[in-house]
Amino acid sequence: MFGWEFPPHITGGLGTACFGLTKGLLKHGVEVLFVVPKAYGDESQEAVRLLNASDVPVLIHDPVYREYWDQITFMEIGSNLIPYVTPAEFEEMVTENTRSAEETLSPVFAERFQFSGKYGHDLMAEVSRYALVGASIAANNEFDVIHAHDWLTYPAGIAAKKITGKPLVVHMHATEFDRSGENINSNVFEIERKGMEEADRVITVSNLTRNIVIERYGINPDKVITVHNAVEPSEKSEMVETEKHVREKVVTFLGRITFQKGPEYFIEAAQKVLERDPNVRFVMAGTGDLMEKMIRRVAKLKIATKFHFTGFLKGDNVDKMFAMSDVYVMPSVSEPFGISPLEAMRSNVPVVISKQSGVAEVLNHVIKVDFWDIDAMADAIYALLHYNSLTQMFQTHGTDEVNKLVWEEAAGKVAEIYKSAVIA
Amino acid sequence: MKSLCLYFQIHQPFRLRTYRFFDIGSDHYYYDDYQNKHIVRRIANNCYLPANEVLLSLIKEFGAKFKVSFSISGTALEQFQKYSPDVIESFKKLAKTGNVEFLAETYSHSLAATLNPGEFKRQVEEHSQAVEKLFGYKTTAFRNTELIYSNDIAGMVQEMGFKTLLTEGAKQVLAWKSPNFLYCSAPHERLKLLLRNYQLSDDIAFRFSQRDWSEWPLTAEKYVGWLNAVDKKQEVVNLFMDYETFGEHQKADTGIFEFLHAFPAKVIKSGKWTFRTPTEVSNELQPVAGLNVPHAISWADEERDLTAWIGNDLQDEAFASLYSVAHILAQCDDKDLLRDWNYLQGSDHFYYMCTKWFSDGAVHHYFNPYGSPYEAFINYMNVLSDFLVRVNDYADENGIARKALVIRSKKAEVPPAREIKADKKSAPEKSGKTVLKSAPKPSVRLKKK
Repeated sequence: MFGWEFPPHITGGLGTACFGLTKGLLKHGVEVLFVVPKAYGDESQEAVRLLNASDVPVLIHDPVYREYWDQITFMEIGSNLIPYVTPAEFEEMVTENTRSAEETLSPVFAERFQFSGKYGHDLMAEVSRYALVGASIAANNEFDVIHAHDWLTYPAGIAAKKITGKPLVVHMHATEFDRSGENINSNVFEIERKGMEEADRVITVSNLTRNIVIERYGINPDKVITVHNAVEPSEKSEMVETEKHVREKVVTFLGRITFQKGPEYFIEAAQKVLERDPNVRFVMAGTGDLMEKMIRRVAKLKIATKFHFTGFLKGDNVDKMFAMSDVYVMPSVSEPFGISPLEAMRSNVPVVISKQSGVAEVLNHVIKVDFWDIDAMADAIYALLHYNSLTQMFQTHGTDEVNKLVWEEAAGKVAEIYKSAVIA
Repeated sequence: MKSLCLYFQIHQPFRLRTYRFFDIGSDHYYYDDYQNKHIVRRIANNCYLPANEVLLSLIKEFGAKFKVSFSISGTALEQFQKYSPDVIESFKKLAKTGNVEFLAETYSHSLAATLNPGEFKRQVEEHSQAVEKLFGYKTTAFRNTELIYSNDIAGMVQEMGFKTLLTEGAKQVLAWKSPNFLYCSAPHERLKLLLRNYQLSDDIAFRFSQRDWSEWPLTAEKYVGWLNAVDKKQEVVNLFMDYETFGEHQKADTGIFEFLHAFPAKVIKSGKWTFRTPTEVSNELQPVAGLNVPHAISWADEERDLTAWIGNDLQDEAFASLYSVAHILAQCDDKDLLRDWNYLQGSDHFYYMCTKWFSDGAVHHYFNPYGSPYEAFINYMNVLSDFLVRVNDYADENGIARKALVIRSKKAEVPPAREIKADKKSAPEKSGKTVLKSAPKPSVRLKKK
């Protein structure tokens, strides 16, 4: 299995999902060899054998690698095709790219390369090197299926398939359209498309993503299968103790403050609720490129005494934030899955989610609104604050619902997909 | 000769418009006129008008041998008058033949029988008056909303002077007994009970066009064959169903109208059966046993109980809030308030809030204009909040006491949101910390490790 990160070294939801999945697979008798660009040594190895790509030597004299290397360097040149950049920026990028290509060659053919393990600016180079290492690992290990998570690892997956002829399963946790709206990076798009084309099976995290894969990438629907994400059972103690210093009810947005997450809709809905009921506080937790714009909007609406920004929250603070919240809102414009509402529900917080999120497909005991329908969003928030039976229903049924979404079950479906790929 | 009793339920609710919380206090009109009009006209054309034609032609052909009965809710009658007067005219024609019985029920197809006896009686009276005014018909038999029935309801209905009541031939009540006899209420013996034969009724209402049904296609010959196979000693078969079965649930192209004409004609020609109205059946037959029904039954779902309308937290809060002002409206003469009081009691609003469907949503989704029970609840509560403000204002203006809630329910006793907040805070303050019940349990899996 090719991943990009593994707990505890995670920057997004991908690592958490991979961890949950591998643990679940173990219950179904599937052994996983997990490859990460850089292992730190303290990763949980209870369910997997972790392979550090930085330790893997590449057999540079094998012509197969040579041939493949030529292909990926070609893909890298393609990365210059980033839309909407000024000529100056473009030139800078090209220069940089050429340089990095040179740099890439030498360390790779020096047999070992230290991966940074981060989403760096020379990401494409790392992706390419990772692919080469993937091929080497494939040639030197015994396995039945190759599983690659997100586009970063698809070249590695393809390389491994080419070398060994074993079936390839690629896992779409997010598409380029989710990350960038319509202004997609065509190179990333191309890697995603190629990965899915080459794959024997494509796993999507929701039907929403499945539709994008079929319609925007033109992938054969027969091999695209949805396996909804699950959530790890909480390891927290029975009671989370926290101090709540405000009397008012608290409505929370928690996530990156980017276009994809729809923060502006949350603010507009907040304004509508506050007009009617001033005894509410709104919190926007997280950070992102739209943060300053959001702060300006809140100031302009003159609701800043009731609307608060926390900045980026980590670990315990996330739990504390949930514990303080009376309503959790996820107004995402496009969300392949969306794990945070499940975390909120697990903390007994009733949630409002956008219909444009994959997680909406598996939840009943939530309120679903269109992300753009701020009237409906405001109405849902108001109702959760004022009609008590609604909150009670969500607390009793919502927790049950989340507890049923276990990785073991999702992994069972993945194991079936492996079987079908091996047989085919 | 055996009796065959045909009864059709007709009901249309006043559906609510999307009513946001910021409308509370500023906009007092709650109904989706466009949708209501559109739906009533559509069903009039698909079902009521063509089906009435078929029945009328059967009456012309067979005279006194063919009879039929209807219950039409008050809110349906109002909408016909408003949006489709031709439907009223068509029913008047049927009424004039003398072969049609109209049944009494609650005006707004409400659950008042279960929740507020005083309001129940008022609604039944209002409905009977409306039927008499429109069709010149004095009701003698009663059927409750969705055939909901219990011993208590029997008592109230008998007290109001009805001799006959229609309900479901529910298994939990009948056990080994057959629905094909006349029964009476055990504690209120003068009230005769006609019980729906759900097997034969649902063969038409639900299964008629189901291609994966082993008996599909259902022909008049086959159906009459089943009727003739009914045990010799049994006296009456009660076929009760939604009138919308004809042309709406089962579309015209399934052949349902041809069936509606062919099967009564065949039944009559066989010479073994005669069609009778509920009151005729009740006058003619002797009850074979008394039925004891302490827990309410209905004709809904597999459970045949009230769980589609009553029992989850949402429904309980909505009912408790609604009936908390019943005593004010009992003394009210404001036309607008009384209109809304009727419309807001419609059982449909509460049906939309049912959460038991999450496992098997098929039938339910067809009838539900909301995306989820939670949306239905939010919209209803917004409307109700505005209504309650108006009713309480009226009470203040007219010196009527705002009383504590009438319905006993633990939700009803919960104070409004802001006070709860204070409670939540005050209790744990002793320890200086607020303990929030964010208490996800560690999984079994992790415990093992």
